Amino acid sequence: MRLILRNLGFYLLAFWASITLNFLLPRFMPGDPVSRMFAQQAGGMQPEQIAQLRKLFGLDDRPLWEQYVSYVKSVFTGDLGISISRFPTPVTEVIGSQIGWTLLLGGTALVIAAVVGNLLGIVAAWRRGGVLDSAFPPLLIFVGSFPYFWLAMGALYLFGVTLGWFPLRHAYDAGLTPGVNAEFLANAGTHLVLPALTVVAVTVGSWMLGMRNTMIATAAEDYITMAEAKGLSPSRIMFRYAARNALLPSVTNFGMGLGFVVGGALLTEVVFAYPGIGFQLLAAVQGLDYPLMQGIFLTITAAVLLANFLVDIIYVRLDPRVRVR
Amino acid sequence: MTAVDIAGKTPAATPPAAPTAQGPGRRRGLARQLLGSKKALSGLCLLAVFALLALLAPALAPGDPSLINSTGSQAPSGAHWLGTTTKGQDVLALTLWGARSSMFVGFTVGLAATGIAILVGLASAYFGRLVDDALTLFTNVFLLLPGLPLLVILAAFLPPGTSTVVLVLVITGWAGSARVLRAQARSIRGKDFVAAAVVTGERPLRIMFREILPNMASVVMTTLLGCVVFGITSQAALEFLGLGDSSVVSWGTNLYWASNDGALMTGTWWVFVPSGLCIALVAFALALVNYAVDEITNPRLRSVKRRPVKRRG
Amino acid sequence: MDPVLEVRDLRVEYRGDGRTVVGADNVSFEIGAGEIFGLAGESGCGKSTIANAVMRLLKPPAEITAGSIRFQGRDVLALDARELRAFRWREIAMVFQSAMNSLNPVLTIGEQIVDIFTTHEKMKKRAARERAGELLQLVGIDPARLKAYPHQLSGGMRQRVVIAMAVALRPRLLIMDEPTTALDVVVQQEIMAQIRDLQRELGFSILFITHDMSLMVELSDRMGVMYGGRIVELADAKDLFAEPLHPYSEALMNAFPPLTGPRQELTGLFDAPRTADSCGFHVRCPEDRSDCSTNIPDLREVAPGRWVARSLEGAPR
Repeated sequence: MRLILRNLGFYLLAFWASITLNFLLPRFMPGDPVSRMFAQQAGGMQPEQIAQLRKLFGLDDRPLWEQYVSYVKSVFTGDLGISISRFPTPVTEVIGSQIGWTLLLGGTALVIAAVVGNLLGIVAAWRRGGVLDSAFPPLLIFVGSFPYFWLAMGALYLFGVTLGWFPLRHAYDAGLTPGVNAEFLANAGTHLVLPALTVVAVTVGSWMLGMRNTMIATAAEDYITMAEAKGLSPSRIMFRYAARNALLPSVTNFGMGLGFVVGGALLTEVVFAYPGIGFQLLAAVQGLDYPLMQGIFLTITAAVLLANFLVDIIYVRLDPRVRVR
Repeated sequence: MTAVDIAGKTPAATPPAAPTAQGPGRRRGLARQLLGSKKALSGLCLLAVFALLALLAPALAPGDPSLINSTGSQAPSGAHWLGTTTKGQDVLALTLWGARSSMFVGFTVGLAATGIAILVGLASAYFGRLVDDALTLFTNVFLLLPGLPLLVILAAFLPPGTSTVVLVLVITGWAGSARVLRAQARSIRGKDFVAAAVVTGERPLRIMFREILPNMASVVMTTLLGCVVFGITSQAALEFLGLGDSSVVSWGTNLYWASNDGALMTGTWWVFVPSGLCIALVAFALALVNYAVDEITNPRLRSVKRRPVKRRG
Repeated sequence: MDPVLEVRDLRVEYRGDGRTVVGADNVSFEIGAGEIFGLAGESGCGKSTIANAVMRLLKPPAEITAGSIRFQGRDVLALDARELRAFRWREIAMVFQSAMNSLNPVLTIGEQIVDIFTTHEKMKKRAARERAGELLQLVGIDPARLKAYPHQLSGGMRQRVVIAMAVALRPRLLIMDEPTTALDVVVQQEIMAQIRDLQRELGFSILFITHDMSLMVELSDRMGVMYGGRIVELADAKDLFAEPLHPYSEALMNAFPPLTGPRQELTGLFDAPRTADSCGFHVRCPEDRSDCSTNIPDLREVAPGRWVARSLEGAPR
């Protein structure tokens, strides 16, 4: 329990740090960015947009601490500002409309990569010297060396453009209305395959390697020898005794793995024009839509911290040594 | 050990000297073992090849590679070994010149991030208590913030350019290594020879850098390699998103232009394959060396050779 | 009657890259039914190697390269994987040195005892749990602790749990590898008493391994002293204790000086390691034993039931 509370404290601190970062960054930009943007936006900007931007960059004439307090307050009341590129839609609404796709892509990829990677790692460690142990790790390290986005580009080119097996862009065919029906779900599914597979391909290697190394270390423990001496079957030893213990560090790494999946999903969305918040983030950067950028950053951070928190709870359930009565 | 030592050679008359816990003998051992490992050797060779190509790029592909000097989208041919981009630039030249920026940024980021991580780790381990708590908190917060989004935000707000890229990469990259190095430094800090050094009045800086650090050599190496990989791939990612310095020729910007100019859609695969492949090869080479260092320092991970078991005679 | 365990000329080698270290060399001994056999020696002499070899728990790079192990006439080294699994724990069980390390930290001790019954006797979980409760009572632990995790028990309790696990299937032979080394002296006595009681009640043989000679002499019927991977003396415990014939046995015994009596100079054990042509003792052996060869000879029976590693008087090896 104490562990969870202590970690919760960390997460809140990290969130506070990201809010502060969001606050401070615009104020570091040299010159007057608002005028630059005004010059850039050929179609002219509404007075409300300009006012908002001035507030964002701290160019209105309020003292710094007042700006800070008002910003923090606005974040916690759910007001992340109004999007510039999609004026006058509020940022929260823009994010809300797209976050589902990112969750779908990231969630699917993470679960598949973690499950497959861990299983492969367990089996590889159990049969040391076998095919899985000697051939796979270098192969997966090699695949994992490719930058996410390059692999995505390659997959897009090979399977989409050349072979035509999968669609090239977006989450579903234009013209289809989203709905919970078989046709839409099937269509969305085919659009999900390539993006998800590329993220899995790049991340599965580290799961497998991590689990394999942990299993090898665990297999050297005395309680494994004792389990063998007890005459238990090899599969029971492998799962109930070895893997169950090796899983603990793996669960800890899950939290860190989340960060990677977020990054990978982001890049993959850009390559496949998959309409998640990663794609949105890039569009916001290119369109100099600072409120949206900051809003997406905060959302992603909050999501990652929340996921870490959930993982902590799971960890406490799994490791009896950490539970305090 | 009182068991009999059967070697294929003449047995030593004098008992063997006890192995030293530290000192140059051990470090030389690691270097020699590395050179003996096939994985490490192939990795190092690959790295050397790329370093060489990067250095020799001006000689191998003279002139400014970003100048348009040919018709666009030509497939690989005798005149252009790797073809041309949609804009009409020579892909081979772009790739060779790209190596310079990518490797330079990669190694700079790697060294800087590792340097900071070493300082944080050593200080944390040596001074302990308050300093350790504060630094750990600092490190953990950085670790929690998601990497790529943070990178994007930082790069978006700061002026574009290579130094910005290096700066934001170092900011996002040092924390992971710091945690590992701190753990290792702490375990060495607890050893008797460090306590002895403290008691004999060695200055803190000397203890940190002459007693603790040398014993962490293999972990530092692994961290450095990891940071370099991080540097190269993250720089490429940033540039691909258009947040780097798009006027510089690097593997990342090559891919950015390839995507922007629609190379994928028009089927001109030779535009984006080389740069990505290079990144992968360099990252793979570094990972190989890393893997080899892991195997050397942790004998249990070494590949198991299946030997036929000879039964009793 | 067939001895329960018969080890003949056992040789265990550790194969490294290019060099081979012999962990146990030409080891032979027998254990009869209901007998307690002690194996003494300092760290690294090969006693744990022998214990692991008997249950075929040796992991690479250790290998049994010569000799035979027979359990009630059965050739242990010839058992295939399935037979071995059935054989283990039912016929021979082992109590490891550190109970904390031999228990799975993420399972309750109840689950770990139940594992034994569900595997070997194909019991249902409920019946197995009842048997587990009975087992705990046998060693004086409240059956309610079945739900406890290993880290929640004290050191002494953990060791008793491990002992209870070992006798679960009523094996004929129990191997105990330094069962009390990790415990303080008071708990040590409790555990030793527990072992004695169980042995009297259930009648199993024990292969008792320790470096603590006094403990061993208290418990064992017969003893063997190991040095450098070889047995250097083998005799009844009382006889060996009264008059150790090999210089190493003497040195080992004297490593625990008596609390009372005249002062003696401690001989200590030697730093000179054993090599291919020296047993390390010849330098320290008293004058009248200088006929001994420079390497550990084979055991010779110098009296009925008394074996010493000693060459013939005056004859070169």
